[in-house]
Amino acid sequence: MKEYQTITEISGPLVFAEVDEPIGYDEIVEIETPQGETKRGQVLESSEGLVAIQVFEGTSGIDRNASVRFLGETLKMPVTEDLLGRVLDGSGQPIDGGPEIVPDERRDIVGAAINPYSREYPEEFIQTGVSAIDGMNTLVRGQKLPIFSASGLPHNNLALQIARQATVPEDEESGEESEFAVVFGAMGITQEEANEFMEDFERTGALERSVVFTNLADDPAVERTVTPRLALTTAEYLAFDKDYHVLVILTDMTNYCEALREIGAAREEVPGRRGYPGYMYTDLAQLYERAGRIQGRDGSVTQIPILTMPGDDDTHPIPDLTGYITEGQIYIDRDLNSQGIRPPINPLPSLSRLMDDGIGEGLTREDHADVSDQMYAAYAEGEDLRDLVNIVGREALSERDNKYLDFAERFEAEFVNQGFDTDRSIEETLDIGWDLLSMLPKSELNRIDEELIEDYYHEDAESVEAEA
Amino acid sequence: MSQATQDSVREDGVIASVSGPVVTARGLDARMNDVVYVGDEGLMGEVIEIEGDLTTIQVYEETSGVGPSEPVESTGEPLTVDLGPGMMDAIYDGVQRPLDVLESKMNSAFLDRGVDAPGIDLEKKWEFEPTVSEGDEVASGDVVGTVPETVTIEHKVMVPPDFEGGEVVAIEEGEFSVTETVAELDNGEEITMHQEWPVRQARPAAEKKTPREPLVSGQRILDGLFPIAKGGTAAIPGPFGSGKTVTQHQLAKWADADIVVYVGCGERGNEMTEVIEDFPELDDPKTGNPLMARTCLIANTSNMPVAARESCIYTGITIAEYYRDMGYDVALMADSTSRWAEAMREISSRLEEMPGEEGYPAYLAARLSEFYERAGYFTTVNGEEGSVSVIGAVSPPGGDFSEPVTQNTLRIVKTFWALDADLAERRHFPAINWNESYSLYQEQLDPWFVENVEDDWAEERQWAVDVLDEENELQEIVQLVGKDALPEDQQLTLEIARYLREAYLQQNAFHPTDTYCSPEKTYGILTAIHAFNDEAFKALEAGVPVEEIQAIEAAPRLNRIGVQEDWEAYIEDLKAEITEQLRELY
Repeated sequence: MKEYQTITEISGPLVFAEVDEPIGYDEIVEIETPQGETKRGQVLESSEGLVAIQVFEGTSGIDRNASVRFLGETLKMPVTEDLLGRVLDGSGQPIDGGPEIVPDERRDIVGAAINPYSREYPEEFIQTGVSAIDGMNTLVRGQKLPIFSASGLPHNNLALQIARQATVPEDEESGEESEFAVVFGAMGITQEEANEFMEDFERTGALERSVVFTNLADDPAVERTVTPRLALTTAEYLAFDKDYHVLVILTDMTNYCEALREIGAAREEVPGRRGYPGYMYTDLAQLYERAGRIQGRDGSVTQIPILTMPGDDDTHPIPDLTGYITEGQIYIDRDLNSQGIRPPINPLPSLSRLMDDGIGEGLTREDHADVSDQMYAAYAEGEDLRDLVNIVGREALSERDNKYLDFAERFEAEFVNQGFDTDRSIEETLDIGWDLLSMLPKSELNRIDEELIEDYYHEDAESVEAEA
Repeated sequence: MSQATQDSVREDGVIASVSGPVVTARGLDARMNDVVYVGDEGLMGEVIEIEGDLTTIQVYEETSGVGPSEPVESTGEPLTVDLGPGMMDAIYDGVQRPLDVLESKMNSAFLDRGVDAPGIDLEKKWEFEPTVSEGDEVASGDVVGTVPETVTIEHKVMVPPDFEGGEVVAIEEGEFSVTETVAELDNGEEITMHQEWPVRQARPAAEKKTPREPLVSGQRILDGLFPIAKGGTAAIPGPFGSGKTVTQHQLAKWADADIVVYVGCGERGNEMTEVIEDFPELDDPKTGNPLMARTCLIANTSNMPVAARESCIYTGITIAEYYRDMGYDVALMADSTSRWAEAMREISSRLEEMPGEEGYPAYLAARLSEFYERAGYFTTVNGEEGSVSVIGAVSPPGGDFSEPVTQNTLRIVKTFWALDADLAERRHFPAINWNESYSLYQEQLDPWFVENVEDDWAEERQWAVDVLDEENELQEIVQLVGKDALPEDQQLTLEIARYLREAYLQQNAFHPTDTYCSPEKTYGILTAIHAFNDEAFKALEAGVPVEEIQAIEAAPRLNRIGVQEDWEAYIEDLKAEITEQLRELY
């Protein structure tokens, strides 16, 4: 392997070096500083005689005399089932003091696209035990459903609750042992947050079925562009080679995108919206689209990426592009949070695109779709009326309107607010739904099939309400 | 994509630099837009810039590991599609490689690099039946025979547009593969069932005409308020989660076109899988045959190479034009044109071109209008009538319609279906905003509806629009003072408008019956609400308080007409009951 001492320019995370042999695009590079420190990087642009290298660990300490070695291969992730239970840093090196990892195989981290023809459509209901998700925005195996949050909101608690509680009731009934694994990819989170995750993993025993990648806030930003790819390569291996049902939690995608912007700026690229690179949609799609199921394979990759919306603004490019790629989104709401509702999920802007095929008779319950539809509509109406109440007062409203206001309040207090430690089955969730819907007169339930109203509606609730 | 023919290979070059999907080559002798094979693995690409000795290529596949000094080979031909029987019921990537063939060729569920396959099966034998005989004169574009392509579609074998035509000297019926000659002309031209056509060039047609027939979609708000014509263009812009894709799927399922070309451009993999799984099980409302038998899918999902995303729109429209030439009505759905525009932007920025608005290349508007202009109602070269309707989804960042792709699209298309996040949030689907949307085809299509549905189609529609407009104004007052402060007649108008929204404009795409609504039923629901309106106002004039009118038991049943199979009887019944219950009040 040839060593070059030909660095001509160092700029931010980028190093430019002259070469006299052809170097492949995306190839891995090792740079040894005069102090003997080795840094790794990747070829971003290769032309005759000159390559641009993006250095993962930051460029500090590199000077013109540093030596550059091209390893002749693209970045690979060593994968094995033994990764379960291990904690790795953001570039895939073990940091838990455990034994060295002996890989079964080394896989390209870029990952090829799944042929749409080979995919299997996701329709297996995952019970998260969270009513606002199971009832209103159902998650299914192979889906990518991000959590849209913002600074200061308890998105991590929700992610942990899902990781802890997620089951597939169908499998339990049939006695089929479904091997469940969590791959956790942290990008630029604080040490404290990382500890919170690790403590919870250890406390609940989840660690032994998890693979943890942590790139902390003070780790090099450029490394963050690699971390999710390592995590997803591991997840794909566990799912499609070893038949695990893998839940991938990626946090925080906002930090990932900031890293992309940093590299783009260093390369002097033409920036897109708010300075983020024009290819960010494609780049994010290459991560999110690695969720799914494949025909003839037992495993699946389900993704829950978490992102914090800068300024709570969902039109910001990061949530915006994410929403266009993922199959729905779960909104964490600041108002609900300050009212003490836990988890503070706002179902109105939340959405699960794959819900319709994962619910109903034989999957969850026959009334699921109608109940969820009706609750949406009723809660939306109640929310609208709240604005009006602020102006004209509650007395000025009709009896019908008052019922909707009551509904909205109880919906938040009873349906959404369940705490981070309560695990509700889908039956419980739907039954609470009927308790609430029974506050409204039957004639208002125009989205529910008449037969279902006969079966589930309880008359007494109305009178109980009246007495109260 | 067609295989390169060896004799057309021109001088080869070597790679000078690689940056993502953009590769430059030195010493390559190629023309603009020629297809080239890049590197040792032979990755497919297209020439997009020539500057001195340097040729810039956009590569349709992942370029990891490719480096300078690897060879680049030109095919000397532009990007073309293979046209012939076998395109229905097929699923392609953005450069017309059949995904099912790729799966078996690569023996993997993941897309590998450097594998090519022709767009149509070159081996398969088709049953050819001539429609002309020896001695007949045929010109370019003329049909010489037919092939039963699927249960629904009779494929017409045409004289290619670049042939001169002449007298048929040999033609016979029998089984042929697409590369075998089925007819010979006296000037030596040999006609096969296989044509090739460069995707960036529109296929010729005799004349473009004014469209006068609606593309009936089975969606009440579209057929009823904002119809699109056969050969028309429509845009569906909307923020994420507002139902663009569901609307596109509904159109692909229920539109009364002969052929549907569905282009999934930079969208989700699971969505394409849904189409692949659903369509073979659904019946075409026109023929009762499986939907797939009239459908061609092009799936270039968001994680597939960006350059192929740029080309998939062209691949789709060329296939659509080919079936139009046979005299079919073709509908092309492109989901989403924003991803296509972004692919252009991405390539343009890698070329370091001077950016226009929001980083999009300055030629964005030109490309968009070029594409939508390929839609239309045509007299084809052979004198038949055929149409291509184009319905493009637009995904504006942040749901802001003032961005360049939406704005440039709106300057071209004549139908605008504005999706609304607020409506979607309260689960009003389809979430098409009736105040913002428009259709410029309304007037030229009204005669058709009058003739085929009911005489007062246009008047009924105007009544509905008026009520909804009035509601819109009243809502502003209600926001301030509350509903009960309004006079009784206005309260009643709000109630009528609510039924228009819930029973007429809303439609459940997932309900087996409600998912498709014939124009007759659309009209029926509207008249049922109108009838309630008339009776209700009579009761109000007779002094019945508005609360009592609202409370009649029959009225909420208006919301259930959509899900009735036997809707005619149901409406008759309901009208009678509403009248009876209202008259009891006074």
